[in-house]
Amino acid sequence: MLHNLSIGDLADRLATKQISSVELTRHFLGRIERLNPALNALITLTAELALQEAEAADRRRAAGERGPLLGIPLIHKDIFCTDGVRTSCGSRMLDNFTAPYDATVVARLKAAGAVMLGKANMDEFAMGSSNETSYYGPVRNPWDTSKVPGGSSGGSAAAAAARLAPFTTGTDTGGSIRQPAALTGVTGVKPTYGRVSRYGMVAFASSLDQAGVFARTAADAAIVLKAMAGFDPRDSTSIDTPVPDYPADLERPLTGLKIGLLREFFDGLEARNTALIQDALKIYRSLGAQTVEVSLPHLPLSVPTYYVVAPAECSSNLSRFDGVRFGYRCENPTDLLDLYQRSRGEGFGAEVKRRIMTGTYVLSAGYFDAYYLKAQKVRRLITDDFRAAFEQVDLLIGPTTPTPAFAIGAKIDDPVTMYLNDIYTIGANLAGLPGLSLPCGFVDGLPMGLQLIGPHFSESRLLNAAHRFQQATDWHSRSPRGYE
Amino acid sequence: MSLTRQDVEKIAHLARLSITAQEMPVYVTSLSSIVDFVDELSRVQTGHVEPMAHPLEGQHQRLRADVVSETDHHEKYQANAPAVQAGLYLVPRVIE
Repeated sequence: MLHNLSIGDLADRLATKQISSVELTRHFLGRIERLNPALNALITLTAELALQEAEAADRRRAAGERGPLLGIPLIHKDIFCTDGVRTSCGSRMLDNFTAPYDATVVARLKAAGAVMLGKANMDEFAMGSSNETSYYGPVRNPWDTSKVPGGSSGGSAAAAAARLAPFTTGTDTGGSIRQPAALTGVTGVKPTYGRVSRYGMVAFASSLDQAGVFARTAADAAIVLKAMAGFDPRDSTSIDTPVPDYPADLERPLTGLKIGLLREFFDGLEARNTALIQDALKIYRSLGAQTVEVSLPHLPLSVPTYYVVAPAECSSNLSRFDGVRFGYRCENPTDLLDLYQRSRGEGFGAEVKRRIMTGTYVLSAGYFDAYYLKAQKVRRLITDDFRAAFEQVDLLIGPTTPTPAFAIGAKIDDPVTMYLNDIYTIGANLAGLPGLSLPCGFVDGLPMGLQLIGPHFSESRLLNAAHRFQQATDWHSRSPRGYE
Repeated sequence: MSLTRQDVEKIAHLARLSITAQEMPVYVTSLSSIVDFVDELSRVQTGHVEPMAHPLEGQHQRLRADVVSETDHHEKYQANAPAVQAGLYLVPRVIE
């Protein structure tokens, strides 16, 4: 079935004219029409535009052009600005916003000839771990539609798992690619901070946000990441370092690879989760890797550190939404203050308002030193712990999430309970490190993820380690029932 | 340390967010629990540690040449505006 083929295999079929991009696009549009209503994974479908882009890709191919993503469909998380297409960030605040330009990520994938099928649902302004805060309703996990897919890139993850597109884009600020990848049984990659341009990616927390990819395999993710990554002068935090040929590095043997088991990740980890990770470690040892226990003593502070830094940065970034130049404006504002307060009060959902207010509080006079400055110091301690660990090992391994997908509605009332879902993923964001999650088994019939974290700019090694694991296992090729 | 209703009203004002009387108790509770949660950081020894604003070391704000590189697209960008006149954004009267 077309939707179960890898990007490489699809590219071959396109190259040998067994199928056209238009036919491939129609196939996925058909799946979306049939299967998306049960999932609510998309906010905006761009069927006509997709067919136009597919026709253009077919014309480019007829003119002799080749490329691994030429004519391959994708879905973009609705946080990326897409010229002429609504970009809502899952929020009422931007429900009426048509982006006037393409994000760099969008432009690069478009230049490579990828075909956009639509915009994926997400937690509002990327704030959430369950895709339950979206103005457009929750996304459902294709493995069990009473469960969450994770968040904030829940729509992108669910769409990849349900094979609504060969790959989807996401963003990861505290785990928002890795965690939903784990809960939906797909491979999700968060690159090093600065590896992928943030230009045109609506900002949540500027020192943490990073764009990445969901695909069913590390090999597919490698193809996409190569197209997405690279210096962008329009992003002042973009790092000017060459992009390796990730697909070329996939097959390197793992002999001599030193993998660190994070003691703090395994403390208190539930037995069945631990068993899956232990099984994965056996596979890695059989592939030639050595495992070593390492400790990052400040890592347990990652969640409180994040919940000072991220809200602080979000309170600043979301101050641009004021009802004046774009986005939601309240009706009949009595004065400017009323315009601001009600446009924002009515345009934003509860979690966003909570985080803006948390951020405002920790940055306010009298509290800045105690909270924000303090958190930035702890951030350095955590980052230093990672640096010390990477002097002993090549990469770190552990679970991605504490549990499999939980029920929709189960955790939404207590913010702190929800925040603890990110306990394993947040450290990598604070330290700017690349991380990925790959499927490693099931608990109660629901997927679980294995997380790999590497030093800055070690994406090749992470993808290589993930790929070798996927050659030795088949968790990543399982499909949820009804989506095969 | 829990936040009071007055604290939350002040924060909401700084953040220019209208919170209804009904919503207020929920925000007081949830914000208090978040602040209590992050208070754990106050127990960490950070005496000589430099704050870290950027996750990568040695980064500086890049500068570019002071030459015009962008062109005027204000009509396209203002297409999303709630109220525009003569290229200006309209808001309720500010100065009497």
